[in-house]
Amino acid sequence: MDCESTRDLINAYADRELDLVKSLEIEGHLSGCPVCSERYANLQTLRGAVGVLYHKPPANLQKRITTAVRKASNGETRSYLISWRMISIAASAVVIVILSWSIFSLFSSPASSELLAREVVASHVRSLMANHLADVPSSDQHTVKPWFSGKLDFSPPVKDLANEGFPLVGGRLDYLDNRPVAALVYQRRQHYINCFAWPSETDQAEKEFSQQGYDLIHWTRAGMSYWIVSDLNKNELREFAELVQK
Amino acid sequence: MESVQERSKLERFEESILPHLAAAYNLARWLTRDDRDAEDVVQEAYLRAFRFFGGFRGGDGRAWLLTIVRNTCYTWLQQNRSREFAASDDEMEQVESDAPSPEARLIVTADSKLLARALEELPIEFREAIVLRELEGLSYKEIADLAEIPLGTVMSRLARARKRLQQLVAGLMAGEA
Repeated sequence: MDCESTRDLINAYADRELDLVKSLEIEGHLSGCPVCSERYANLQTLRGAVGVLYHKPPANLQKRITTAVRKASNGETRSYLISWRMISIAASAVVIVILSWSIFSLFSSPASSELLAREVVASHVRSLMANHLADVPSSDQHTVKPWFSGKLDFSPPVKDLANEGFPLVGGRLDYLDNRPVAALVYQRRQHYINCFAWPSETDQAEKEFSQQGYDLIHWTRAGMSYWIVSDLNKNELREFAELVQK
Repeated sequence: MESVQERSKLERFEESILPHLAAAYNLARWLTRDDRDAEDVVQEAYLRAFRFFGGFRGGDGRAWLLTIVRNTCYTWLQQNRSREFAASDDEMEQVESDAPSPEARLIVTADSKLLARALEELPIEFREAIVLRELEGLSYKEIADLAEIPLGTVMSRLARARKRLQQLVAGLMAGEA
């Protein structure tokens, strides 16, 4: 870790937002570099000083808010009375949903895929955090695909989806499910999508997950297991999944 | 006659959302930079929050409320002080100048009034990031969700905000000396 990369990450380090490996690297650099460690000390001093600038609400505000909300609540009550019938209909719908969900979960094994989903989200967040989106930054599929050969024991399918509004950002080696995997990074507006792929035998239908505010879609087809993850909205992520599957 | 449904909505709201009044006021106060305006915005935000409370899925009531407070602030500022948003991206880029940041002792000796003035002078996006991170202790992910920006932007925005804040403190102190 040199001074320049330390400077880039020093804020995330001070905010404890880096993964363990990166944190240790920075710690190591700080202990040997007086310039960076002074920079860090300055940063922490500033943070401590700002920390006391809390504006406390005036004493009467709570009462004012409570009164206003209760008044609004009284206004709403009347219209709610009519909707008892709606509520009973909704309640029976909920019962049906819960029943079918519990039957469904009896026959599936969510535990392992939920764990993997968590791993996928962690990888996604790390790739965004440490400026480590791509080992091979390129929008050209013919540059990205050959880059993986020699690094992986399989050749991941790399698609150019720029015309569909998902330009390729690059490729990266990552480690998931106890094996090295290919990570392809795509972009939609300001959102990044990580598409992880590795070989797998048994086909699996598409399944969606939500973890820590990220949406994930997973499927296995034609010998390849896919996980895509992003903070993009669900509809556009589905659109992206369809394009990858085409 | 009062509906059971509605009474429990009010009760749940008062239990889970009302306790975050201090956080709501602090954010509104820093964004509007005025005591009275902050109070009005907080009241409006609470009324909105109550209306949308059906969409609240449990979990972190503070983050949920702060999102509404922030949106209410922005709407209010656009209607009443559209100049607030005049700072274009270009202007924010200029912040990147490589002027040396002041030493730690400068900030130690700066009193909190001066520091507060410096923070008030920051462009609103920077101010908001600092308040959410340093005063509310939100994580990058929570800030990203709240401000609807990518995670990487939270990181770079905070870095630039802190650098700019240090420069402003140095500038104000030089002016006073």
